[in-house]
Amino acid sequence: MQRFADLLDRLVLTPSRNGKLRLLADYFRTVPDPDRGYALAALTGGLDFPAVKPAMLRTLISERMDEVLFAYSYDYVGDLAETISLVWPASHDSETPPPALSEIVETLARLGRAEAPTVIAGLLDRLDPSARFALIKLATGGLRIGVSARLAKQALAAFGDRDVGEIEELWHGLEPPYETLFAWLEGKAEKPVSAARALYRPVMLAHPVGEGDLEKLDPGDYAAEWKWDGIRVQAACEDGVKRLYSRTGDDISGAFPDLLAEFDAEMTLDGELLVGNPGLKTGTFSDLQQRLNRKTVSKKMLAEYPVFLRCYDLLQIGDDDLRALPFAERRAILQNELPALSEHRFDLSPMVGFSGWEELEEKRRNPPHPVIEGVMLKRRDSAYVPGRPKGPWFKWKRDPFTVDAVLMYAQRGHGKRSSYYSDYTFGVWRGPDDAPELVPVGKAYFGFTDEELKLIDKYVRDNTVERFGPVRSVRAEPGHGLVLEVAFEGLNRSTRHKSGVAMRFPRISRLRWDKPAAEADRLETLMALLAD
Amino acid sequence: MKPHDLLHPRPAGLYCPPGDFYIDPVRPVERALITHGHADHARAGHRHVLATGQTLDIMELRYGADFAESRQALAYGEKLSIDGVTVSFHPAGHVLGSAQIAVEANGLRIVASGDYKRHPDATCAPFEPVRCDVFITEATFGLPVFVHPDPLNEIRRLTASLAQFPERAHIVGAYSLGKAQRVIGLLRAAGHDAPILIHGALAKLCNYYQGQGIKLGELAPATDEEGIVDRGAGQIIVAPPSVFGERWTRRFADPLNVFASGWMRIRQRARQRGVELPLILSDHADWNELTATIRETEAGEVWVTHGREEAIVRWCELNGIAARPLNLVGYEDEAE
Repeated sequence: MQRFADLLDRLVLTPSRNGKLRLLADYFRTVPDPDRGYALAALTGGLDFPAVKPAMLRTLISERMDEVLFAYSYDYVGDLAETISLVWPASHDSETPPPALSEIVETLARLGRAEAPTVIAGLLDRLDPSARFALIKLATGGLRIGVSARLAKQALAAFGDRDVGEIEELWHGLEPPYETLFAWLEGKAEKPVSAARALYRPVMLAHPVGEGDLEKLDPGDYAAEWKWDGIRVQAACEDGVKRLYSRTGDDISGAFPDLLAEFDAEMTLDGELLVGNPGLKTGTFSDLQQRLNRKTVSKKMLAEYPVFLRCYDLLQIGDDDLRALPFAERRAILQNELPALSEHRFDLSPMVGFSGWEELEEKRRNPPHPVIEGVMLKRRDSAYVPGRPKGPWFKWKRDPFTVDAVLMYAQRGHGKRSSYYSDYTFGVWRGPDDAPELVPVGKAYFGFTDEELKLIDKYVRDNTVERFGPVRSVRAEPGHGLVLEVAFEGLNRSTRHKSGVAMRFPRISRLRWDKPAAEADRLETLMALLAD
Repeated sequence: MKPHDLLHPRPAGLYCPPGDFYIDPVRPVERALITHGHADHARAGHRHVLATGQTLDIMELRYGADFAESRQALAYGEKLSIDGVTVSFHPAGHVLGSAQIAVEANGLRIVASGDYKRHPDATCAPFEPVRCDVFITEATFGLPVFVHPDPLNEIRRLTASLAQFPERAHIVGAYSLGKAQRVIGLLRAAGHDAPILIHGALAKLCNYYQGQGIKLGELAPATDEEGIVDRGAGQIIVAPPSVFGERWTRRFADPLNVFASGWMRIRQRARQRGVELPLILSDHADWNELTATIRETEAGEVWVTHGREEAIVRWCELNGIAARPLNLVGYEDEAE
């Protein structure tokens, strides 16, 4: 348990992705089965222990220490799990060794409500503060250590020197503590064969069209279709087992029962999940957000925000894996097979006819529907290959929106950027022209070069008004301020932001040293962009 | 004589009327007794200063030879009478030269702890409990959440990280008096023999410690040579914590911020300061040390100062010991 606790403590404070990958891979390399497998399950959200609730832990500690001293402690630390882990009285019984992670996971898995308090107290007695914290987080769910399931799988791939796609493809057929997976990754056994059905197939991704890319390509080799602004998903049905996966292979079936209920064909589809009803209405991304990140979904939600799948590709039909076929052939089969599915839940992504890049450029700039965010280009002869190969597929997005905003606050970055003010909150003007005020509309921490970062960092240090820990407020008034041209993909209404809007994917596109702060944009300009 | 008549707080600091002196005054006074060399306790500008020889040396290093008009050294355990008040200094285990100050008159003895700790520390004399009627205790870590772990285990987390991330410069933030030398000493005890790079602000004090017979091994200036690529990769650099987030760190290879402090027990503290590797290493007593020490002094009354007074007062109440907070101002309980 100590190794797992150390790993969590270290991961949560390590900002860099590569640093996290190394910590994880080293852990998998040096910790034996079954502990490492249970750690993997904890990191990928594969463990759930319903018997342990925070209120029970509260009761346990109140039986062990003065309420007033606990209140002072909790007030100071702010986090219940952390407070309990720190104030839990140390046991002087050095006879019993601390439990291994596997012992803890197996104990928690069998735990009933009634016996939970005694068992948990017994475990806490045998652990040190850091391991107590890990136990409480593990038992109550939600490690929140900044490691996604995908990152954990990438660390596995690095550890076993395999492609992450191979691991993702196997993943849903495996169970904790994943001993067959580790044996294969260490070269001690064959690749595990899964008996599970409706497995995830790693998705194929596109490169953005770069400067000069298109001139080198023959338009005749490519088919084009609209790029819809929903989320990319994969729907799989095999022997009646139905699953919906996110782009990264997370099983999101539970949130979309309406779609899966009407998915009655043995196939694996690649498409865009959207809200609405094909042919009648295609909803915006903010409509879709109502349905995202939910474990369960209410009847009201299902009625107000029904989802459907706009199909791009067909990966498997019955026992036939179609991924090696050319795109044009897969598309033809998809077109033939789709009528078998419910027309309220599934439709075909329409192709965009074009004879040359200029014509396509014209169509990209003037899409026929507001929920289109660009076009996709797919080589007609391209096989479906996991990952992001260069050449067969391109995404050519609509030009971003831009706004001129004024820098208001700057925060120090993390890791390599910890000595730079690199995260910027910016605002636009509102109120009367003779007494305008800035209202924050977003935050961005990339889009600039290293040289530009140095310049902004110096500007922030030279124009600081106030300091709040790692944040500085920067002089920002009509006669004095730094104007940032901010690019973003779209705008949503937001009740959580003072300005009433939230930007999607904002980044700094240019530094406008030349532009007087008073000439930055006004909030009305942004409000006019809100679609509905 | 009531305790209050022997010692009580004034704006300038803790004052003894019959002896007409202050303990660790925060403003210039006629006569000052100084517990230890940290800047919030030992200030320049008093007329006469009484302290241990090492504390006087440290004050001279920091403020120059003219930090006071006159100075007098008192060895641990030695007694001195000031206008009928007997004072003596006793090891506090906090930093080199640190002392508790016992003040005694008419059979009443008050001990002002200054800052202290009970964990073993090879860089200074260990704390000696002194029986007294009133014990004035610090309370920097006066909450049950603060239980400091074994220092050598903490330092091993640093050497392990150095092995795991050999391409990165490990910058250890540690206060220049006491903590820095303790970190270096612990690294040596853990078997780390490589030269340790130190920030310029640490040089004088490290030299002084070495002159006092404390072995710190080979130290080198962190910023000596210019134009080195990958400077500090796989090396330990000890610097004052104020360098975190400052431009000084940019010269090193992908700096990894390490902070050696008792505050690192609280995760949010580490997060706020951008610390990647927190080491829970303190020169102040933790909750268990504070409460054990209060018992050992057998004091009937406890005055609590700088820190989380309310929790220690509560503990004293629960254990039948009279206690009250002593609202002294001017000490930085955050500086650790």
